[in-house]
Amino acid sequence: MTLAAPVLRVDDLQVRFRIPGGELRAVDGVSFELRHGETLGLVGESGSGKTMTALALLRLLESPPAEVQAGTAMFDGRDLLRLPEREMADLRGSRLSMVFQEPMTSLNPIMSIGRQIDEPLIRHLGLTPRAARARTQDLLATVGIPRPAQAAALYPHMLSGGMRQRAMIAIALACRPAVLVADEPTTALDVTIQAQILELLEQLQRDMGTAILLITHDLAVIAETAHRVAVMYAGRIVETGPVETLFAAPLHPYTRGLLRSIPRIVRNPAPELPEIPGVVPAPGELPAGCAFAPRCAFADETCRRVRPDLKVFTGGRQAACWKPRHD
Amino acid sequence: MTERLLEVRDLHTHFPIVSRLLRRRLGSVRAVDGVDLALAAGEVLGIVGESGSGKTTTGKTILKLIEPTSGSIIFEGRDITRLRARAMMPLRRRMQIIFQDPMSSLNPRMTVGRILAAPFEIHGIARGAECRDRVAELLRLVGLPAEAAQRYPHEFSGGQRQRVGIARALALRPRLIIADEPVSALDVSIQAQIMNLLARLQRELGLTYILISHNLGVVSHICDRVAVMYLGRIVENAPREALFFDPKHPYTEALLAAVPSPEPGLHHRRALLGGDAPSPANPPRGCAFHPRCPRAMPRCAEEAPSLITLRGGHQVACHLHTA
Repeated sequence: MTLAAPVLRVDDLQVRFRIPGGELRAVDGVSFELRHGETLGLVGESGSGKTMTALALLRLLESPPAEVQAGTAMFDGRDLLRLPEREMADLRGSRLSMVFQEPMTSLNPIMSIGRQIDEPLIRHLGLTPRAARARTQDLLATVGIPRPAQAAALYPHMLSGGMRQRAMIAIALACRPAVLVADEPTTALDVTIQAQILELLEQLQRDMGTAILLITHDLAVIAETAHRVAVMYAGRIVETGPVETLFAAPLHPYTRGLLRSIPRIVRNPAPELPEIPGVVPAPGELPAGCAFAPRCAFADETCRRVRPDLKVFTGGRQAACWKPRHD
Repeated sequence: MTERLLEVRDLHTHFPIVSRLLRRRLGSVRAVDGVDLALAAGEVLGIVGESGSGKTTTGKTILKLIEPTSGSIIFEGRDITRLRARAMMPLRRRMQIIFQDPMSSLNPRMTVGRILAAPFEIHGIARGAECRDRVAELLRLVGLPAEAAQRYPHEFSGGQRQRVGIARALALRPRLIIADEPVSALDVSIQAQIMNLLARLQRELGLTYILISHNLGVVSHICDRVAVMYLGRIVENAPREALFFDPKHPYTEALLAAVPSPEPGLHHRRALLGGDAPSPANPPRGCAFHPRCPRAMPRCAEEAPSLITLRGGHQVACHLHTA
């Protein structure tokens, strides 16, 4: 892959939530780049801030209570975080698109699938309604919906979960976006349907060169779909790097713990899976030093007192840990 | 010779589709459509399948939380298929269920101590100080601190709540536990904790489990045998290693191929199956899998294959195989 200029460059993103008697740091200094034709996997557990990061970039956070406190998100030479709402609305669904976990909640239930795809084509690309209809049928065929002409007349509730997600992808890709944000796009789907949808996303990426920010809790989905990965914990990226090296030799104990605790299908599984002890800290109860220290087998005084920043390692890798690669 | 704890023969659970307008029965959803299972005491059986496969309904029917349409359920050598609620009451102590989301099955207005004391009180087993001792013992068993008894379900994390759900299921010292997606709602780092807890309790207390899950990795770690369901039927049932490394049914093969692997570049997920699973209200003729099967033959559209037993206790329902 060539090191083209990034299509999206996020720097020091900070999202806070105002709550009675204080504030919660949901996203705390997140930075990453996304290049043309690349998939970056953003992985983390619930409360890690991965979805908040995506919603902040798309400017879909409800404010208040949420507030983007700092950071920039450069896209096409403009900062998404400071764009007037009208310009942002023009970008969303055209150059910058999204797919969410449950398409039922993001599709309009009282509008046919066809009209929901026509709309961005007419609005953003200036197609005539007639041309839009023809293009919509092509798109439905592209995402693998059988009998596109008839399917265009169907309403979301008439489709299966897999078909709804295909329709959502058709809408998202209608205007050939430069960046697609996909938040748990296959989590609600059965595994055989998940395989179909992930193949579809890969194929569309090859055809259109769309950069994908793939947000998921599932490391196996990342391993097979992403080029690079960023692991989030308690609102921060704790490790990032190319998928092959990060999975083969994780630097951060949290990444290593996550990878080890996956139940793999092997001939002779160990009687016990390696566990990460303890629980994910609540955003309001973060410890002073490294947020992972209370659960980390290698933590010492420094880890508990001083929060580590991301440090650069060879091979395009970074980790925020005082004791990286500690086997 | 180990004891056969549970036997299920030709179990059917059908739900009527009723038109309110016409006040007429239009047909039925055959959620469980002829399931045979046998479980030895101390065995862990996994049931896997995609949504609509009938795995959850099978579990609930075995516990008689849903009444079967036909077939028989034999628990500890006794046919319980037609037992009424009152006659089931003493048996309920010996067969318990763990749900996916303990929050929806734990009373939010009761402390964990009260929740865990309820089984002892309902069954008249213990009260007062003895009951409190039993609750403390349960909490210790599932790795929760004794103070947990004074707290309410919402004060716990998902993993801790699942520990409470497990403690409640264990209260009456059951022999059979049906765990329906017990770790699916949990974070990755917590899943392993709960899986290890379930495995440890099974060994230490000699429990028998039916573990229902869509997650093949989870099932591969805990189970001795695995049954694969498709549209209300078992299409394959085999010892763990045979099922995962020598699957016989094309659906099992496709299911395994679709599971993404956490090793980048090692194996690539393959979507062997096109389309969606058909509706259990209107299953295809013949083998229910034949419209999606890459190896379907003319016979598959005509005749439903029955479950046959191959060498090594490997059962499969597919015309590609003969006993």
